[in-house]
Amino acid sequence: MTATSPERTRAGAAAAPEGPRAPKPRRSSSFALTAGLLAALLVCCLLSAGLGAYHISLGDVLASVQHRLGLGGAALDRVGESVLWNVRLPRVVLALLVGASLGCAGALMQGVFGNPLAEPGVIGISSGAAVGAVASIALGLNFLGNWTVTVCAFAAGLATVLLVYALSRSGGRTEVVTLILTGIAVNAFAGALIGLFIFFADNAQISQITFWQLGSLAQATWSKVLAVLPCAVLGLLVAPFHARRLDLLALGERPARHLGVDVERLRVVLVLVVALLTAAAVAVAGIISFVGLLVPHLLRMANGPGHRFLVPGSALGGALVLVVGDLAARTVAAPAELPLGVLTAFFGSPFFFWLLRRTRRKQGGWA
Amino acid sequence: MRAPRNPFRVRVRRLLPAPVSPGSPVAEARGLRVLRGRRPVLDRIALTAHAGEVLALVGPNGAGKSTLLAALAADLPADGGEIRIDGHPADGWSAAELALRRAVLPQSAALSFPFPVEDVVRMGRAPWAGTERAEEDDPAVAAAMAATEVTGFAARPFSALSGGERARVALARVLAQRAPLLLLDEPTAALDLRHQELVLRICRERAAAGDAVVVVLHDLGLAAAYADRAAVLHDGRIAVAGPPAEVFTGELLGEVYRQPVEVFPHPRTGAPLVMPTRET
Repeated sequence: MTATSPERTRAGAAAAPEGPRAPKPRRSSSFALTAGLLAALLVCCLLSAGLGAYHISLGDVLASVQHRLGLGGAALDRVGESVLWNVRLPRVVLALLVGASLGCAGALMQGVFGNPLAEPGVIGISSGAAVGAVASIALGLNFLGNWTVTVCAFAAGLATVLLVYALSRSGGRTEVVTLILTGIAVNAFAGALIGLFIFFADNAQISQITFWQLGSLAQATWSKVLAVLPCAVLGLLVAPFHARRLDLLALGERPARHLGVDVERLRVVLVLVVALLTAAAVAVAGIISFVGLLVPHLLRMANGPGHRFLVPGSALGGALVLVVGDLAARTVAAPAELPLGVLTAFFGSPFFFWLLRRTRRKQGGWA
Repeated sequence: MRAPRNPFRVRVRRLLPAPVSPGSPVAEARGLRVLRGRRPVLDRIALTAHAGEVLALVGPNGAGKSTLLAALAADLPADGGEIRIDGHPADGWSAAELALRRAVLPQSAALSFPFPVEDVVRMGRAPWAGTERAEEDDPAVAAAMAATEVTGFAARPFSALSGGERARVALARVLAQRAPLLLLDEPTAALDLRHQELVLRICRERAAAGDAVVVVLHDLGLAAAYADRAAVLHDGRIAVAGPPAEVFTGELLGEVYRQPVEVFPHPRTGAPLVMPTRET
């Protein structure tokens, strides 16, 4: 045994100068990224509130917001005030909520499945929720007033998450191939159900469904904001509390349990949160894909996979992407308006290809 | 200056483990029976891991070594008999309380996302978050990384490491947890000669510091050299348990492994060496 002691001291000495350097750079870069995202989000919200067919200057937007908050400022003229408060701002707030929900749901799903490809759109949760929403429109359901579509989307989305989860897991792991194939099956089945509902719907309902399916925030009103607010806020508030446990889950289910995580409970809670967030997004804006995939991946590249930053960061990033996307959707081809879902898929798919190639080059794919 | 407390951390009341005196039982299996389907994979197991000892579990493939380790870790429910950890039935502890009492090294180390090595080791400190012993976090992580010689690649992502390096990082995580019971499932499987010795020396050091170490080993030479006691498993039962010098006999091992072996003392240390009987 004595022969080993020089080794020990050598290892100890080598460790000493590196010891205290621990997590500081990571923490300050999280802080900088969060601050940057928040600042960009604020600027884009203000821009989005001012730009459009009826131009409102930045100063006027600020003055009007100040006025409504009772902090001085001044109201605009009648048209300006109406455009800002009844058209632009509900739309910006809706984009924020939907984007934050999608980004956060993507990060959570990837953590729960332990798989970087899990995303509500890719594996069919969004289409599942969409079936609920379409059903409620086509059947003319109105049992909960304003909240009917959201609640139906939530119920159907929850059923779909549970289904996908049960189908794609074996032995505590989710194989990428199984997950993607399950997604294909679920998407196809949901597509068939949506087709059936459209087949039996009347003309007015069909146009409503079609437009909604393209993914758009054009019909934003405060009542729509209110319809998704509880779902989105509840989900967004609960999610960050589980970030640390999601980190541990990356080790696998048993090692996570060995470190004190109640894995079953964590899974149930997070699946519910994902269903809530997806429902909030789908109920108002249809299927907007790739946001939940793109945002967490970019943030992981920038700041590593730690969920304590990733979960709230993805919410911020998703909100930013959707606010910018919606601004582009309604200004690029003005006076016509592009559907938002088309736009995000248009830019999201090439990103997905790039991701695929990059992962293949670096680690030989996602087997 | 104190770092600001994370507002998202939930503070839970947990019963912290009391220090144990050397020689007292840390984990016990009493008449343990575990079924897979209807077939018993473990039957009538009586085994105690004491504070301050290295206990090796050896035996042929499929004898139930990993299952026994999983049962001692409270991963598997007992179908008969019971498992006691820190003096209480294992199923009475919550996951968080168990995590303060035993650390487990799984057979293969996997990670879904490319966390840097240091973050992976730091995950071992998670059970102590919010307790007074959270102050040990930094020294525990640094010491565990130094002991397993992974400090040199602390900043590299786990996914970029070789199999042996991953195994050592996983071990560092388990050591950083500083639990009084260490359950290691084949910690030497992916390692080279030097690091096999290193890992077993670490086991001895932990035992000397008062922990109970239960380690599944395939290499009987390592078990003989480093374990205080060895339990030889055979078809789900403990064939024999005791100090390696007493239980590692050619007759017993030959029967259990269905391979004739020769056992002879090391010329210098006297520790038993086990070799398959070869004609040439």
